[in-house]
Parts: sequence; structure tokens; C-alpha cells
Amino acid sequence: MTTSFRRRDYRPAALAWASLILVFCLVEALIRTGVLSVYVVPLPSSIVAAIPRVVAEESIGRRLLLTGGEALGASVLLIVVGTGLGILLYRSRLVRAATENWIAAFAAAPLILAYPLFLVIFGRNALTIVMLGFLAGLAPMILKTVEGLSIVRRSLLNVGRSFNLSEWDLFWKIHFPAAVPTIFTGIRLSLIFALINIFGLEFLINFGGLGQLINELAERYDLPGTYVAIGFVILVSVCFFIVIERLERWLRPGG
Amino acid sequence: MRQVGAQLRDVTRQGTANFALEIKDLLMQFETPQGPVVAVDRMSVGVEQGRFVSIIGPSGCGKSTVFNIVGGLLRGYQGDVTVAGTRMDGPHKDIGMVFQEESTFPWRTVIDNVVFPLEVSGVPRAERYDRARSFIRMVGLEGFEQRFPAELSGGMRQRVAIARTLAFEPKILLMDEPFAALDEQTRLLLGDHILKIQQELRQTTVLITHNITEAVQLSDKIVIMTYRPGRLKRVLDIDLPRPRTSEVVGSPEFGAYVAEIWKDLREEASRGMQDAEARSRSS
Ligand SMILES: Nc1ncnc2c1ncn2[C@@H]1O[C@H](COP(=O)(O)OP(=O)(O)O)[C@@H](O)[C@H]1O
Ligand SMILES: [Mg+2]
Repeated sequence: MTTSFRRRDYRPAALAWASLILVFCLVEALIRTGVLSVYVVPLPSSIVAAIPRVVAEESIGRRLLLTGGEALGASVLLIVVGTGLGILLYRSRLVRAATENWIAAFAAAPLILAYPLFLVIFGRNALTIVMLGFLAGLAPMILKTVEGLSIVRRSLLNVGRSFNLSEWDLFWKIHFPAAVPTIFTGIRLSLIFALINIFGLEFLINFGGLGQLINELAERYDLPGTYVAIGFVILVSVCFFIVIERLERWLRPGG
Repeated sequence: MRQVGAQLRDVTRQGTANFALEIKDLLMQFETPQGPVVAVDRMSVGVEQGRFVSIIGPSGCGKSTVFNIVGGLLRGYQGDVTVAGTRMDGPHKDIGMVFQEESTFPWRTVIDNVVFPLEVSGVPRAERYDRARSFIRMVGLEGFEQRFPAELSGGMRQRVAIARTLAFEPKILLMDEPFAALDEQTRLLLGDHILKIQQELRQTTVLITHNITEAVQLSDKIVIMTYRPGRLKRVLDIDLPRPRTSEVVGSPEFGAYVAEIWKDLREEASRGMQDAEARSRSS
């Protein structure tokens, strides 16, 4: 148990890559034996072969930057505003009791259906996409922040009180760090909501980076290319989750 | 019964002037949906400078209530709690608390836990780490400075909490059943650490416990409480030689003290047990 904290274990990563390759081979085999139609799923080998073409011809770099930037904007807004509102809500019992159910209901609302409204307010640009992503993830971020602050063990807070801490120190040195694991669960959740909506809206209004690329390639019936673009979407998500994990470990070492 | 209690209370009050901590006629009542509950009923205890006093009683007799009041975390009591002559009102820099529940900060290493009270009071960095290291040594955790609490056993974590409170350099160390969650052997060995600290620092200590062996092993004086309402039942001086180690457990005097205290506690504990049984039957 002690060693796992110190030395890095590469087996999970190896297993993950191995199973990915295995699935690719399996799909390849199923298509080649005629079980799966090549018009539903392209050959994995043709997807891999399409990567250089898509990268060269579809200005992937610019698209990655654009979609990544939108996602980053939404994440920063989510973390700052969501955590902030969560803290305020936690502090005010009345507002919390009055709004908590509404916020939970808001979390379930299919916000993307309101995209015309966003277009009217913000215009057909990246800001619209950032705002939709941000609002889509806001509710879980707020709720998880409130939850994290609420479930902090009393004894930890009492330690601070017994050391005569100011309200400020008590909050920022004990209460908040103790709530960080739950807050990060909130960040992950809200990031999922935000990313789905960002890619979705790009696709829907044919604007921006990778979502638009999927749209275009699909309309050209370039099936392998479409799957490559989807691969890049997944890559962006994975990068964000890796960054979030690093951030959590930096902010809250020791588990 | 009341008569005896009154006499003993007088014994406790001898030499009022040099008490590091004095509790006088402490009364604490909780309002509950079932009506008021008297948790502590007119209890008086004096703790002399440099002495180790245990407060012992069965579960639910009001020990943690006393702990929280003396620590300044619980208000609304009647009576007087004074530290070196000044009345307590809120947490006090002269009192360091060790809690029964897990209280180490999981996101800080051992040394960063211990350094915490020095950090918030603005002690310069190099100095506070030096001081923290000496307290870590005192509780026998050298070599574990850079570990996180999750990597330690329950007993080690509780020692981190003790070192952290010692780093606060309180005049009075107040502990609420710090070893309650540990097995008996670990508890005896931790007792050795506590005895050593007591010897080194001449630390005035109040230990709250339900464990008779622990109380006798460590204390100069034991205060026995009654069950519901929590009253002072008896104060007993423990005349075992110091310096002490856990080996004192084997001596005949030790056995005599344990038997003596059990005689007093037996009645209270069985009342507590009947209460608990009645409660689980009615629910
Ligand atoms: N905040 C509270 N509200 C109501 N009753 C309480 C509260 N705290 C303690 N009590 C009651 O006071 C009595 C003493 O509790 P406590 O001091 O925790 O005992 P101990 O620490 O000896 O087990 C118990 O009967 C408990 O139910
Ligand atoms: Mg208790």
C-alpha cells in the first residue's frame, strides 16, 4: 500500500492500450468476415490510414485550438463561478433551502435545445459555445460544492477552532481543502456536461472546431474521416480530464 | 451519597490559588425535543500546574461535554471555568485539544500537520519546521515526516494529532478519549509516549477516558463521574512512582487502584448499560 504512493504503476495504462488495440482488431475481423457492414463502421485500419489525410487537409491544429479554447473557457468559468456560487449558497441557509431543488432541476434541463436563444444573445461565435457549455455544467458544479462543504467532518473544523483560527483561515485552510475531493467530483461531472454541449453545439450550428469537422466529413460521406474527427474529440476530453486530475493532486495531495 | 460528594468536592478545592485549570459548579443542560437533558450537574474539579488528571466515567456521562466546555467550543453553561485565574470564553490559546475522532488533515503530510498551528500563528518557516520536528520525535514518529495520514495506522495518526496540539504549546493539554479506537496493546504503548512527554514537558494534562487501566497508568489524580446526570463521584490520588512506564500495569498497587475505581464505576456503568438497553428496546 505504501509503495503504490511512491512508485508509478504502468500496468493500468498498458491494459487500457492493449484492450483498445484488441477491440480494433476484433472490429476489423468482424467487418472482414462480413458480420458487420462496412457502411456502418469503417475498417479500423482505414480509420488509422485516414489520420494523416485529416490532419493535413482539415487544419486540425486550428480546430483543436478553437475547441480546446472553448472548453478551457467554459471550464475556468465553471470552476470559478460554480465554486463561488456553491460557497455563497452554502453560507446562506435561506437561499440554499429556497433554490437547491431548482438548481437540481436545472441540471436535468436539455439546455442545448435553447441554442437559438444563445445565438440571439451572444451571436454565432465562440462565446455562444462557451456560454452554453458553462451553463450546462453549472448546476452540478454548484451542488457538488455545497455538498462537499456540508459533509466536512466536524472534528476537523473543531481542530481549527481550538487553534483559535480566524473565520477566513478556518475556511481556506481547513474547510475548503477538506471539501476539495467532492468539489473535484463536481468539476468532472460539470466538465462532462460542458464538453458534450460544446461539441454538440459546434456540430449543430456548424461553427468552430472539431464539432463542425464531424459535421462536414459526415456530409461528405467520409466515414473514416468522421471517425478520426470523433477520435480528436475524445482526445480533447481525455486531455482535460488529465489536467483536472493533475490539478486535484496538486491542490489536495495525500488523497 | 450527596453528602459524600459534597465532602469530596471540598477536598478538590484545596489551594484554589495555584490551579492551572479550575472547574467550579459546572452545569450544562441541553434542550432536546424530549425536554431538557442535564449533561453535567454541578461538577467541580481543580487541576494543579504540571499534573496529569484523568476524568473517567461510562459512555454518555458527560465527559465530552466537559471537554468541549473547557476547550471553549461549547457555550451556554453555568458555573465557572477558569484557566490560570481568567474565565474561559471561547477557545483559549492556553488550551490545546486532542479529539476522539480522526482529526489529522489528510491533505497535509505528517510534518505539515504538526506545523499547522505554528504556521497560522506566523512563526518563521525554518523555526516552525525545527519545532515541529522535535514534537514528531517526541511522539516517536521520526522518519514519517513526509508521509500522508492515509499511509499511517490509526495509532500513528492519533500521535500526529497529539504532536500537532503540542506544537501549539498550550499550558494545558486536553484530550478526549484519544485512544478509544485503538486496541489495548497499542493503547498501553502509546501510554508510554504520553508518560515520556509528561516527564519531558511537565505538561499539565487532562485526559478524558472510559478506560480504567489507561487512567491509572497515566494519572496523578483521577476524577470519577456518575452516569446521568454527570456528577463528580470521587477524586482519587494515584500514588504510583514516576517516572513510569507501561510496566507499572503489572504491580500490585496498580491492581489495587484498578479494583478501587471499578468498585465506583461499576454501578454507574451498569446504569448506563440498562439505559442503553431500555433505549434500544423502545426504539
Ligand atoms: N448537543 C447535544 N444536544 C443534546 N444532548 C446532548 C448533546 N451533547 C451531548 N448530549 C447528551 O449529554 C449527555 C452526555 O454526552 P457526552 O458529553 O457526549 O458524554 P460522553 O462523552 O461521556 O460519552 C448524553 O446523554 C448526550 O446524549
Ligand atoms: Mg465522549
